[in-house]
Amino acid sequence: MTERIITYAEAIREAIGQAMETDENVFMLGEDIGIYGGAFGVSGDLYQRFGKERILDTPISELGIVGAAVGAALVGMKPIVEIQFSDFTAQAMDQIVNQAAKIHFMLGGELSVPMVLRAPSGSGTGAAAQHSQSLETWFAHVPGLKVVMPSSPYEVKGLLLAALDDPNPVIVLEHKLLYKTSGHVPEEQYRIPIGVSNKVRDGKALTIVASGVMVSRSLEAAETLSGMGIEVEIIDVRSLSPLDMGPINESVKKTGKVMLVQEAPNHVGFMAEVAARIAEGEALYFLTEPVKRLCGMDVPIPYAPQLEKSVVPQLDDIVAAAVEVNRGI
Amino acid sequence: MSANPLLMGHPLSSTEHARHALLYMWRIRKFEEAVEDLFGRGMMHGTMHLSIGQEASPTGMCMALTLQDQITSTHRGHGHCIAKGADLTRMIAELLGKKIGYCGGRGGSMHIADVETGNLGANGIVAGGIPIAAGAALAQKMKGNDNVVVSFFGDGATNEGAFHEAMNLAAIWDLPVIFVCENNKYGMSNSTEFSMRIEHISERAASYGFEGVTVDGNDVDEVFQAAADAVEKARAGKGPTLIECLTYRHKGHSKSDKNLYRTKEEIEDWKTKDPIGRFEHKAIEAGALNQDQVDAITEKMRDAVRAAITEASSAPDSDPAELLASVYREAGK
Repeated sequence: MTERIITYAEAIREAIGQAMETDENVFMLGEDIGIYGGAFGVSGDLYQRFGKERILDTPISELGIVGAAVGAALVGMKPIVEIQFSDFTAQAMDQIVNQAAKIHFMLGGELSVPMVLRAPSGSGTGAAAQHSQSLETWFAHVPGLKVVMPSSPYEVKGLLLAALDDPNPVIVLEHKLLYKTSGHVPEEQYRIPIGVSNKVRDGKALTIVASGVMVSRSLEAAETLSGMGIEVEIIDVRSLSPLDMGPINESVKKTGKVMLVQEAPNHVGFMAEVAARIAEGEALYFLTEPVKRLCGMDVPIPYAPQLEKSVVPQLDDIVAAAVEVNRGI
Repeated sequence: MSANPLLMGHPLSSTEHARHALLYMWRIRKFEEAVEDLFGRGMMHGTMHLSIGQEASPTGMCMALTLQDQITSTHRGHGHCIAKGADLTRMIAELLGKKIGYCGGRGGSMHIADVETGNLGANGIVAGGIPIAAGAALAQKMKGNDNVVVSFFGDGATNEGAFHEAMNLAAIWDLPVIFVCENNKYGMSNSTEFSMRIEHISERAASYGFEGVTVDGNDVDEVFQAAADAVEKARAGKGPTLIECLTYRHKGHSKSDKNLYRTKEEIEDWKTKDPIGRFEHKAIEAGALNQDQVDAITEKMRDAVRAAITEASSAPDSDPAELLASVYREAGK
């Protein structure tokens, strides 16, 4: 049997459609998700299939729509909020951070907020500083939120369906450059558990830890590196909260060298947490080289293509940095 | 146990209703006086925001609601919580940091919720509960039942974006939500004259295309009448209403308030418009209650609050060992 190949955006749409067919409490709300089909085309024909009540198009009102999703979730619905660009979550932060994340804990445990918030994240589209950020660390720093960054069409369907089963608020950050990428996705429903890191490539030379688009970019770099005789092992941190260090520590113990790759700025980025966790445990004793972080520059994302590319790790940067780490100081 | 929270109807429509309205207003008053006392004696930690002087608004509103109708509340939320039917012992226990408290000691005065009586939670963020109320109303509508949601908030909240976004969504989706602005004239130290250029906050509804009304928020039957009208409209699928209840808090904003921004004369003047005294007078004049019944209610509520404090005080403290496991809900629960 041939593998069914669909895009990342189609995989999201399929997961949402299947969840809506299975559970009448699931509905989606967001800006331009109706007849327009979503700014990145994710909701597509869901509006025609499920109608305007369950594919609820909204005004431009991020705080209001996330708040409405929180309220609906408290009363037993399962809202999927689409925030048009993850940067716009800044408009809704009170509802995400002060309300959704804390309600279960703060109000005594009877209530919870089973809300899924999806947002396109990252740079690479020439949209400049207010439409290109990688804000995962904001959310991962708040107890009460779960945060996932699906790295492929297969991953996004499984993680989204798992997020919809979760009784807690889950932030799903989808990299814009992944929407049109394709891969094998089973038609039936399946779940990828939230909070489990995933080894996506075996190798002995060094360990690369990445998430989201940096996973596919690292996989591509691995092919070049392989041609140079350097076999890298790659761990996909698909869930930032909760974080599973198991496969990372295991790999570091095997390779003794680790490179942490993220698009977000270096300073206080998520990979600083991964570095600290490695340093706190016995994996530290297996390191033969210092931990290497390859991150975005500490600048807002600029507009011009040559500028934009220069501030975020590209394929060549990953290859060059891996060669350096492999060679050692 | 909570008193009967289910008596719906006009506060002056029968002796039973008058008794209920007065009982609830005293219940709130006695609870808050006791909280102030506990705080003053160093038995309560953190902070609290008292609504003494504002009891007519939650009482009148909740007499128009069923147990299934829901509310969202504010940092000044003891009255809403009690009027919707919450248990005094669990409330006091929460303030004392006890395990049996509504939030297991994790929330305190600003975060009491009670699912059983439809209280979706007080809120420490000004205007934070308003979009949540709109969302709860959206869910009620999607589920096809006729429950309504009341969102209580203060005058200060109406300058927040969350208020305006929620009002607009409620309008365009005809949500069964009632926005209740308890205008006590001050957002902490800033008066409404300072913070807005309109005379009545209810005018703000017009810009979203629905009705706004201003009522005497210290008159429990006037509040009830506005509530009953808005609830009827919401249940019929005719969308939201903004009710502005003009009222006043006798006490400061919170424990640190030295009342530098208002005069003694103003405070004393508002005390003559106290909602409880006014309703007692009105109920006696209307023949719904006599003085003995009024006195008995006051005493009964004083005793109920004392009993709650005694019971809550002897309950076990909340346990730090349970904190980490309380952040996320386990799947399947």
